[in-house]
Amino acid sequence: MIETEIDLVEELCVEHCIGGNPEAELIPLLQKIQESLGYLTKTSLLTVAERLRVPPSRVFGVATFYHQFRLRPQGKHIITVCRGTACHVAGVTNVYEELMKLLDISPHEDTSPDGLFTVHQVRCIGACSLAPVIKVDDRVYGRLDQERLGEILGSFKEQRPDE
Amino acid sequence: MSTCGLAAGAGPVYTEIKEQLDRRGVEAKVVNVGCIGACYAEPLVEFIARGQPGVIFGGVTEGRVEEIIEGYLSGDVSGAFAVRERKGNLRGTDDVPLLDEMDFFKHQTRDAIENCGVIDPESIEEYVLKGGYMGLKRAVTEMTPEEVIETVATAGLRGRGGAGFPTGLKWRFTRQAPGDKKYAICNADEGDPGAFMNRLNAEGDPHRVLEGLIIAAYAVGADEGYIFVRAEKPLMASRLETAVRQARSHGVLGDDILGSGFSFDVRTVLSAGAFVCGEETALMSAIEGKRATPRPRPPFPATQGLWGKPTVINNVETLAHVPTILRKGQEEFSRVGSERSKGTKVFCLTGAVRRTGAAEVPLGTSIRSLVFDIGGGPLEGRTFKAVQTGGPSGGCLSAEYLDLPLDYESLQSAGSIMGSGGIVVVDDTTCTVDLARYFLSFTTAESCGKCTPCRVGLKRMSEILVRITRGEGRLEDVGTLERLSRTILDASLCALGRSAPNPVLTTLRYFREEYLAHIRDKRCPAGVCNALLKGYNVTDDCRGCGVCERECPNGAITLTGTEDGGKAVINESVCVRCGICMDACPFHAIQEVW
Repeated sequence: MIETEIDLVEELCVEHCIGGNPEAELIPLLQKIQESLGYLTKTSLLTVAERLRVPPSRVFGVATFYHQFRLRPQGKHIITVCRGTACHVAGVTNVYEELMKLLDISPHEDTSPDGLFTVHQVRCIGACSLAPVIKVDDRVYGRLDQERLGEILGSFKEQRPDE
Repeated sequence: MSTCGLAAGAGPVYTEIKEQLDRRGVEAKVVNVGCIGACYAEPLVEFIARGQPGVIFGGVTEGRVEEIIEGYLSGDVSGAFAVRERKGNLRGTDDVPLLDEMDFFKHQTRDAIENCGVIDPESIEEYVLKGGYMGLKRAVTEMTPEEVIETVATAGLRGRGGAGFPTGLKWRFTRQAPGDKKYAICNADEGDPGAFMNRLNAEGDPHRVLEGLIIAAYAVGADEGYIFVRAEKPLMASRLETAVRQARSHGVLGDDILGSGFSFDVRTVLSAGAFVCGEETALMSAIEGKRATPRPRPPFPATQGLWGKPTVINNVETLAHVPTILRKGQEEFSRVGSERSKGTKVFCLTGAVRRTGAAEVPLGTSIRSLVFDIGGGPLEGRTFKAVQTGGPSGGCLSAEYLDLPLDYESLQSAGSIMGSGGIVVVDDTTCTVDLARYFLSFTTAESCGKCTPCRVGLKRMSEILVRITRGEGRLEDVGTLERLSRTILDASLCALGRSAPNPVLTTLRYFREEYLAHIRDKRCPAGVCNALLKGYNVTDDCRGCGVCERECPNGAITLTGTEDGGKAVINESVCVRCGICMDACPFHAIQEVW
């Protein structure tokens, strides 16, 4: 398992280092790794540092700076809650709290105990006219209320785990 | 179909339309277009038949598709949202308004987003039919770079990303900077909550943005460029990438553009997400693969930008105006607008207003016109309280500023900023102290951490605001907030810190009483700050049904008497004020006491 992970990261590093400036490839490279592994593992970050010949502190610095990067395992489905101004004014705080309750996620955690859902908060999805808005994986749901939230979660839970 | 339309359910509607048409054997082309900005009526579907006007249906659901198609095919369009023209022989059009005469549209002057919702954003041919790439052609084949710069400068175009710096001047500085290697960057890292004009623009008409960037590159002498797009807006990124590919294969991007000898190529980069990337020097650090921390200016990017080379960075909307200026001339652009702010600007109208969406109006239009004429004013039964302009680092303006013209200088004089043009309307159900707390929590989290006033100062301000909204405010807090604000405004390195205190300063200026109510009276007049909720009152409408008793998560409710006439009693010391009982009560017998 570990070996395949390293192989994959090494392969991506090679792809990204052909020509050009390897340092400038750091962010696109981390994005690719996250896309494949779901999150940035410690091993993958160290491998990247070695391959790009930059200090691990630089790689960790970048990985922890940007919102997109995750350093912990993620659930099967990613729920993105928009915390933008329009959503705030429209009461997304209640939606968020309800969501955490429905998924049984304790404070300071972001993934449900069954590993099915991880909840991210983002600043703005840009669908402000339909506030409050959440995204489940790539699907956007607007004009949410607590009742619809239950329906949406239900539709994802009904799918068999191997789907 | 753009992000907002998809959120409103355009995906299943699209599939259903195709199915219904196939089933009937109707020969028709179903085309995806961008957003026309009328987000309040999404999803929108337009039908166009030869000899007939375009008919637009609003709020279309999967279930309504069949009925609409049946009606349309039989020549009946009653119930439609709008028609484009008064012609043809469709029935029921008399009661359907003309699109251009609708309140939402008739006050608008469209330039940057004129093609959005009209053309297929994934077709370069459709863009060209609308006059696309004519501005570029004129620039590279008939004009010198200096003439292009002069044209944009005399048009009076100013940066639409927030600061309002004259675009022509920016280009001239970059042109004049010594060096063989120069870069042109499109800033599409839209991160302002409440602003989605860049997304709408680039999703609905990506070629226009690209054309603007190529013209900018020609003007400054850049041969390489970047489009820096926020990863959170994937559709915008993919539409821009498609546009780049098509432009290359049509000879308007790449080597020897339109046979002029000018070469320029561009790469799209996905921003990993940091609000501070809106700042030019931070954005360049991100492209260089570093943490996005701003650096002191000067040197400005025009002389030392990306990898130390002269660089021009323009916002999506700024670039979207450029093709028109080159194609139609500077007079056409500066025909509208105010004395020092020429042209039009897209504003995103959201929050407590009847018609939400994006509207392009001449700069200098009043806030009142935007909120009331276009947006239709506050929702039923509510009253207008304030508008937040310019995003989280803008200001919160009260009703007395409704006649303020929306231009760079006027907004600044009122303590706010233009920012990217987000307008969030708030009504009497929003607490301005809570709103200020929200904005400060945002800017605190988004501070890059490089300089102390912003990193530490905003944190301290946030803590004070949280305290006030919890009813633990002290009278001296107001003075402390004002003092901290001034220090942060004066001493921060970049525009993030230098504008972050604006929401606090403006709410303190226009809604001071609301702060004092929280601090002195421990009361939230808007009924938002939950910690200040005194408790609940059970009215005589209570029938003793017991629903609240079952729902209460803390066991704070008991019923007195089980027969008719029984009543719920809430134990104040156990109640956590979650409001579940109030929502659960079928008789609306539980009310908040503030």
